[in-house]
Amino acid sequence: MSATALREDQAVITGVGVIAPTGFGLGPHWEATLAGRSAIRRITRFDPSVYSCQLAGEAAGFSVEEHLPTRLVTQTDRMTHMALVAADLAIADAGIDLSGLDEFEAAVITANSSGGFEFGQDELQRLWTRGPRSVSAYLSIAWFYAASTGQLSIRHGLRGPCGVVATDQAGGLDAVAAAGRVLADGVRAVITGGTDASLCSWGFVTQIPGGRLSRVADPDRAYLPFDEQASGYVPGEGGAILIVERADHAADRQAAGYGVILGHAATFDPPPWSGHGPRLADAIRLALRDAGLEPGEVDAVFADAAGIPEADEIEAAALREVFGAGQVPVCAPKAMTGRLYAGAGALDIATALLAIANDTLPPTGAAIRPRADHQIDLVTGAPRRAPVGTVLVVARGHGGFNSALLLRGM
Amino acid sequence: MSQRRVAITGIGLVVPGAVGREAAWEMLIAGRSATRATSFFDAAPFRSRMAAECDFDPAAAGLSPQEQRRMDRAAQFAVVCAREAVADSGLDLTATDPTRTGVSIGSAVGCTTSLEREYVVVSDAGRLDVVDPAYAVPNLYDFLVPSSLAVETAWATGAQGPVAMVSTGCTSGIDAVGQGSQLITSGRADVVIAGATDAPISPVTVACFDAIHATSPSNDDPEHASRPFDLNRDGFVLGEGAAVLVLEELGRARARGAHVYAEFAGYASRANATHMTGLRPDGREMAEAIRNSLRAAGLPAQRIDYINAHGSGTRQNDVHETAAFKDSLGQRAYEVPISSIKSMVGHSLGAIGSIEIAACALAIEWSTVPPTANLTTPDPQLDLDYVPVHARKADVAAALCVGSGFGGFQSSAVLTRLEP
Repeated sequence: MSATALREDQAVITGVGVIAPTGFGLGPHWEATLAGRSAIRRITRFDPSVYSCQLAGEAAGFSVEEHLPTRLVTQTDRMTHMALVAADLAIADAGIDLSGLDEFEAAVITANSSGGFEFGQDELQRLWTRGPRSVSAYLSIAWFYAASTGQLSIRHGLRGPCGVVATDQAGGLDAVAAAGRVLADGVRAVITGGTDASLCSWGFVTQIPGGRLSRVADPDRAYLPFDEQASGYVPGEGGAILIVERADHAADRQAAGYGVILGHAATFDPPPWSGHGPRLADAIRLALRDAGLEPGEVDAVFADAAGIPEADEIEAAALREVFGAGQVPVCAPKAMTGRLYAGAGALDIATALLAIANDTLPPTGAAIRPRADHQIDLVTGAPRRAPVGTVLVVARGHGGFNSALLLRGM
Repeated sequence: MSQRRVAITGIGLVVPGAVGREAAWEMLIAGRSATRATSFFDAAPFRSRMAAECDFDPAAAGLSPQEQRRMDRAAQFAVVCAREAVADSGLDLTATDPTRTGVSIGSAVGCTTSLEREYVVVSDAGRLDVVDPAYAVPNLYDFLVPSSLAVETAWATGAQGPVAMVSTGCTSGIDAVGQGSQLITSGRADVVIAGATDAPISPVTVACFDAIHATSPSNDDPEHASRPFDLNRDGFVLGEGAAVLVLEELGRARARGAHVYAEFAGYASRANATHMTGLRPDGREMAEAIRNSLRAAGLPAQRIDYINAHGSGTRQNDVHETAAFKDSLGQRAYEVPISSIKSMVGHSLGAIGSIEIAACALAIEWSTVPPTANLTTPDPQLDLDYVPVHARKADVAAALCVGSGFGGFQSSAVLTRLEP
């Protein structure tokens, strides 16, 4: 499908910036992903010895000082550092001159699940050990969930309708979908996506009592979505920032673009005590309807891949219900990064766009043997060459959020 | 498809000084200020030692023991408000397709109060760098993520459509209702439970605002410390609370004969891209948001009968906002009554925008404009009609609600009376 056939206000993704455990920038991330190099290892950002879980997907070697002015670095948390640097990569990748746009026709909509949490831990400690007068003047702007959107808006002079989405792990997809929707409202370009970086000891500890983190010590066997030995997940940090533009704007400046957002839908599961089943299949069906697609037109699914047996079965069942058993290839490259919360959906979109560009589906890293009763065609072991035109990305947030987004190549 | 419109058919409120919609409105039009010396913790070491606290009894408000244990205070507020709003709307949710019911909840600081309480335990009052989970509550993750506020609201109402969690700082409350209304206009939902909640009165949030001198230090007179538009204003008073509305596709609301408080007719937001906390005196981006919300509502500035101002009572804000009204409304800015209910209920961060939208709907309903309490010494720089001290009877057919927040966000909503 050529770019000229697009609706003028259709959302085209023209730039991608990745800051992920697998690498910084599209090239390194894709190379590590195809090679199946998992970034999950023992935590180095704090001493995890006392904890029942000790693994994470760290963005090791991420050095913000090389990229941002010191003043900005000290005012912001690592979550925002990653968003700012990923945005710089995305803007350069898109070749877009944001200052050339009307200031009210460009916006920022980002997602995060837990704010500038490491900054928060440091300042909580100061407050409780040294008193209120030792608390940083930047705490009020570094911890809150709107920090990344606000800083991106200021750094790039974007004054359009900005947003902050905090729907846990579904946030990355929901934010990109929201960016696509504001294009119908006079906005030409949006910096969007998501990052999270709560890998401080306090952020990590909030996740332990819930029992969803894997307690397996072997980094290659801890996070095995859909596997017979699925034992929970491993958290990670980072994400991706994208440039989403109106198709007519992208065409006017002859931007190549990676792909088009065809459709999106979000649903919510009934309360756990209701006895009613989850609504993931509905989200997928509604997204297909929004995109005007039949299930058979989808070439691959990038799964939420929780790594928790019950959640894996819910997702597999939804895919069976919509697509038929084993009828669509399923990718779960997040097995190599850990779950990035709001960063995950955005990173999955980035990886899906690379899969489309290269007609190659990425593997899961570790050799995962999907449980037979899931009846899904999981891409594992080695990359799979196949024509990839249309991809479904699925994300699920804790408590019942379901999000489904459809992408197609240009 | 004809243009889908959005009706407000239910309102639930928890505000400082009053729990419940009717009590809250009575308090607002009485001009009663609920700010007081902080009682939730020993505030002696802090610069600002006042707050607008809710006298909220979760059991009396209908929350079960498990709900009380599970939910952060902000979630408790949201759930209590959502239940009140649904009851008020007369909507039978069991007879409504749950997949067509959405949720849009805003909050600036999420479950910070619970996070701080739990941090103190796992770090043993900050002594441990690597914190110890041994005594952590089992649902600690629900406090890490503000999304738990939207989850609880969805569970309380049985919503299974799109559920959004909006966190744009102090404009969250307007943005959550605005984005909730877009779920209806775009056809993605028929009913949306929309609002915002914050319960930020804990040491770490007080310390945040102390550090940048955003809150009032007038500790010797807490009742009169929140003084929007007054010459002697010296910062906001931190508050807490929530408002949740039932938004409903207008045709559907009419078909079931629902009482409609107002139409949610227009919404827009812009960013100033200037400073995370500072405001320029010209109010340019807020003016742009106001103009766009009026355009969305198809309403000329002359038709606005009331403005519920952001009116935080900081030196900067009230100047910024006054300029924005003049820029966007022209001559009408000098004629229309403007008030700030933060003078009475304080500034509850993300929640306040939804509380203020509820106040606009009730102003339309009762043809009464709530006052700006504590405005006794006019500031010659601020030359509009800020409705000092006493409520005013006024025919309000259209109301404007604006908000401004950290990050540079400026939001504006337009509510109109539904003509039969």
